[in-house]
Amino acid sequence: MYKKLFVLLLLAVLGWSFFTLLQTHQERQSLNPLSKHYVEKGPDEVGAPNLVTAIVVTYRGFDTLGEVTILFVSAAIVGLFLKTENRRRKYKIRSTSEILHAAQRLLFPVMILFGIYIFMNGHLTPGGGFQGGAVIATAMILVLLTNPESPISHRAFNLLESVSGFSYIIIGVLGVLLAGGFLDNHILPLGKFGNLFSAGAIPLIYSFVGLKVGSELSSIILNLNDVQKDDK
Amino acid sequence: MNFFSVQGISLTIGFILILIGLWGILTQRNLIRIIIGFTIFNNGVNLIIVALAYMKGRTAPIIDQVVTRTDAVDKVADPIPQALVLTAIVIGVGVTAVMLSYTLRMYRAKHSLEINVFTESKW
Repeated sequence: MYKKLFVLLLLAVLGWSFFTLLQTHQERQSLNPLSKHYVEKGPDEVGAPNLVTAIVVTYRGFDTLGEVTILFVSAAIVGLFLKTENRRRKYKIRSTSEILHAAQRLLFPVMILFGIYIFMNGHLTPGGGFQGGAVIATAMILVLLTNPESPISHRAFNLLESVSGFSYIIIGVLGVLLAGGFLDNHILPLGKFGNLFSAGAIPLIYSFVGLKVGSELSSIILNLNDVQKDDK
Repeated sequence: MNFFSVQGISLTIGFILILIGLWGILTQRNLIRIIIGFTIFNNGVNLIIVALAYMKGRTAPIIDQVVTRTDAVDKVADPIPQALVLTAIVIGVGVTAVMLSYTLRMYRAKHSLEINVFTESKW
């Protein structure tokens, strides 16, 4: 009883403070100086039309490195928690419908291709490594929905993840050696503004990030699928 | 401020989502429901950060034929909060996956999802 009252009181106080925040909030009319710098100088310094990508990959590359690391650690923790010894299902599962099978055969290559398209064009269109990786992981969910017993190799995904993560770091270090600093995209020529092969190393970096995120999310899904074999 | 502008509505919904999420975290007993509370809270925070980047009449920060390099400063929304939210969403996914797998592990130990059962981890 006291606990419930305490929770209500806390929520009321928070709600009131949020309300006063909202009341005094003024909509901004212009960009702040830092955003202004990114918007004005970004196209010349980085060469990417998508300014969000320019910020995520180059200006704040360390953030992205940390983000990829967090995702890696969480995938590793999920793998540790859900470790299964007995990988054989104790009961038979009903096979899924013909519609799902046909749709999976038709859609799987298209979804993988769409994911690759999204992360290759991350510097031109709204998209990028994380979004493309999520689309690839969705394709894996479709495969597992169609047949939970699909022989998908964990090791292949682990290898893909390690290789792409390592290449990402190598590109970052190359930036120190050849250009202005860690993860600098000037190690490759900037090219023509708005082309696929432009913006220096950004398409390369985002491709590796996309492969890494796609394989990490897929391995989380594979682990969650495998754990069902243990429980009844 | 005007509560019925796009920004006002988004900020209000974001704050309401935060309150709902916090209520779920504090009052629910089922572990899965607590995790749902965390994700609602997370989405509320993300919505607020994106809403703060919004400016009336401005468009996405991508330079093309409509938004040229020279007039981009007056035409695009703030790109920094959008980049931060991109990071926050991915981290949210990772945290949710860890919470769910830990819940599975706890369920295997006690065969219950009620938080009252796990008394030995209470301090």
